[in-house]
Formats: sequence, C-alpha cells, structure tokens
Amino acid sequence: MLIRRADSIIPSEITPRALFERRRDFLRLSAGIALAGVLPSAHAKLGPGKSSPYSISETPTPLKHVTSYNNYYEFGTDKEEPARTAHRLRVRPWTLQIDGLVKQAKTLGIEDILKLAPLEERIYRMRCVEGWSMVIPWLGFPVASLLKQVQPLGNAKYVEFITANQPENMPGVGSRVLDWPYVEGLRLDEAMHPLAIIAVGLYGEALPNQNGAPLRLVVPWKYGFKSGKSIVRIRFTDREPRTSWMKAGPSEYGFYSNVNPEVDHPRWSQARERRIGEFSKRKTLMFNGYGEQVSQLYTGMDLRKNF
Amino acid sequence: MNLALIKPPLFLICLGPLAYYAWGVQADALGANPIEAVTRGMGTWALNFLLITLAVTPLRKFSGWNWLIRLRRMLGLFVFFYAALHLGTYLWFDQFFDWAEIAKDILKRPFITVGMICVVLLVPLAATSNSIAIRKLGGRRWQGLHRSVYLIGLLAVLHYFWMVKADISKPLLYAVLLGALLGLRIWWRLQERNRQLAGAYSPKPLGRIISLAIKK
Repeated sequence: MLIRRADSIIPSEITPRALFERRRDFLRLSAGIALAGVLPSAHAKLGPGKSSPYSISETPTPLKHVTSYNNYYEFGTDKEEPARTAHRLRVRPWTLQIDGLVKQAKTLGIEDILKLAPLEERIYRMRCVEGWSMVIPWLGFPVASLLKQVQPLGNAKYVEFITANQPENMPGVGSRVLDWPYVEGLRLDEAMHPLAIIAVGLYGEALPNQNGAPLRLVVPWKYGFKSGKSIVRIRFTDREPRTSWMKAGPSEYGFYSNVNPEVDHPRWSQARERRIGEFSKRKTLMFNGYGEQVSQLYTGMDLRKNF
Repeated sequence: MNLALIKPPLFLICLGPLAYYAWGVQADALGANPIEAVTRGMGTWALNFLLITLAVTPLRKFSGWNWLIRLRRMLGLFVFFYAALHLGTYLWFDQFFDWAEIAKDILKRPFITVGMICVVLLVPLAATSNSIAIRKLGGRRWQGLHRSVYLIGLLAVLHYFWMVKADISKPLLYAVLLGALLGLRIWWRLQERNRQLAGAYSPKPLGRIISLAIKK
C-alpha cells in the first residue's frame, strides 16, 4: 500500500521544526547579503547621526520587533504582513512634491532631500492607538527644514501629507479598508515643532520599506497612525485636511489624535499600553510624555472635543 | 462506529491550538506581541469550535453518520474551554485582575460587554452538558436551554466585528459561516412547517437525539 511508504523515513532524518522554519530566514539573509553587494542603496548605512537633546533615554525596542510588527495597511492589515510584502515597494526613483498654498511649488528628489539637513538620531516613544508602544531610534531631520524649502502663503494653516499609492506593488490597496492614498495632516505650527521629524532611517540604516521608506513623518506626541509612511506629496492648505482615518471612522479618529490617557477610544481604553517586549502594562503618558514640549500648542483647547 | 477509537485522538486534536500557543510562547515564535497573539488565538479558537459544534447536526443529516452527534458534547465543551481561556487572558494580561477597571470596561465598551455575555451564557451550557443534567431537565427543556448557543454564536461574531479597527474581512467570514449554519436550521424548520401544513403531521419523536447522546 502506498501509505506504508511513510514508514521508510526514519525519525532521525526528519529536519526538526525549528530548524526547518529557519530555512526561510537563512535564504532571506543570504539573498540580502547577495543584494547588498549589487544594490548599495538598499539598507545603506546612513547613521549614526548627530545625537539630539530630544532623544529619550529609554531602552530602544529590538530592531526585529520594530521591523516585523507594522501597521502599513497598503501591504495588508495583519501586522506581520508588511514585513513579508513591502519589499515590493518601489523606493527609487522617489520624488516629493511640495505645493498648495505656497509661493512656488517644488519637487525634490530623494537624493537632495537626504542632503537637506544633517541627519540626527532621535530616540522617540511611539504609541499606537491600539494600545501598544515601542521606543525607536529614528534617523532624520525636522519637518521644518523641509517646509522651509518653500514659502507658504499667509492663509496656509495646515499641511497635508499624501503617501505613496502603488497599486501594482501594494497588495492591500485593492481592498477598500481605507481611502487610498493614505492621507494625514497637521496644523502648520504642529508640523513646524522641532519634535516633528521626517525620518529616513532607523537604527543607523535606511528605513526598511515596512517602516515607511524612503521618507516618513514622525510625530511622537500623537498616535502612530498620524506619522504617515512613504510620503510623496506635502500640500499647504487653509482648511483642516480630512485624513484617511477620519473618513474611515469620524467618531473614533479625530484630526488631532494626540496621545491622551484620559480620552478613550470609543471601543477601548487608552489609559495604559503594552510596551512591546514587556509583560506588564505601563501607564500611558499625556502627549506620550512630550507634554513639556508640546502642550503650549493646545492651550485653551478642549482636548476631549478636539480628540 | 467505535467511538472509543475516535474520542481520545479527537480530544488531543482539540488541545492542538492550545499546544501551539504554548509552544509559540516558549519558542518566541508568536511575533513581537505574543500576549496579544495568545489572547486573540484563544478567542478565535473558541469561535472556531463553536462553528464546528454547530456543524455537527448538518453534517450528520447530510452524511447519515449519526454517531457524529456523540462527539458534539466534547466539541461544545471545547468552546467553553477556549472561551474561558480567552476570558482568562483578558482578565490577566489585559487588566491584571484590576476588578474596578474590569467592571468599568464591561459597562463602557460594547465589545467587552458582548464578549462577557457570551462567556456567561456558555456557563449553564457547560454545566448541563452531563447526562445527569439532561435527565433532570428533561429532553425538551434541555434542548431549549442549549438552543441559546445560536444567540451565543451571533454575539460572539458581533464581539469580533466591534473589536477590529478597519478590516472587517475576517469577522465577515465568520458571519457568513455562522449565517449558513443558522440558515440551514431555519430552512429545516420552514420545511417541517410546510410538511405539517400539507397534513403530513406526525409528532416529532421527542428526545431522539438526546437518547443517542446519553447512550454509552
């Protein structure tokens, strides 16, 4: 009988599961090493970068967690998916268009953007609206240095960040989970705040695709989804931008989305968070612990209403 | 069909998901957020077993394998088992047994409320799953009580819907499967009614299924 043939494999010849499952890692690693020789731009060393007084002294989350647990819905809604599929993102050539209410619109190539300002290492807390957090050593420069490349008109009050939409490379944009392209926005004074950065790398190297290569926004006092990935266009406007998440759930995601332990998400509490790699939960800090630097941006505002 | 040959391996298979997550935690193979993976895994498997349990009757009717019904109690108890573990992970890993916070959470957040109702409703079903309870309650009352599993299924899927952030594809899949399983039962009932209206009425042999379940 055919079934009997299974007996001919002796147990000692069967590859242990753990080893078998590492095979992919090994293949990926060797492919990476091989590619690194051919394509110097991929995972290029950018850092370490100037150290910054804005960095915190908490222990950074291990690189493998930072690069394997991502919300990048264009590459799938499971957090493990972007790490598997984002290699398809086309990151070169890359241009960034800056337009809207400006004297003269500008288009910058990624090579020029990388030379705009000295790169700094910014070790920031990152708090996701879902109730988990990380500490990430970003590499980047203030958003302000980028916005200064153009002259905004007097009525410009907001900045809209429009991110890449590559349907041929992004398996997730076929589904209507969100309104593509993913759009985020900040008030102009928020965007000009020295804590807000454009990140081009993390852990001293170019941004992995799943983390928003080649350039992304990082606004550490707001929930993670405010920090748009793979930005292609920045638009100055006089009206509050309608972001993708505001369109998806206007009662759940507001324009400001500042980290606030006192204002719960309608469906879950925001009082505590789980730092990735830790067992117990931590208390979530107002403005994610950046209150001293940013609270003056919101004086006189009802943060419960402007959630 | 010799059930003594089927039940022990089936029991072990049903423990498989738990074994997988236990191994995953040990081997650090559940990704960056293993606690969340375990919590969600237990919930998903409670729901999976609920659908499997609800599939027993249709499967029995279509295949004619009446012995399937005698596996249903074990499958149903695994619904309760994984639901209890799911609740346990919430109480421990999410809330660290902060009872005041838990009470607030149940009252304030609809998806927690609904999830909690599911577990509470499962308790009497698990408690009356033994033959003594069936005899004490009587077949009709026992069956009436255990029909609440349909409501539990609906609430469990609702719990899932309200939990996800934006991508409803998975809860939708569960809703469709549950809809099919419940739809079948509605259809049978309508057919039965039509037969009765056509005059072919013969009283349903009460407790027939139950007697099969009790018979050892």
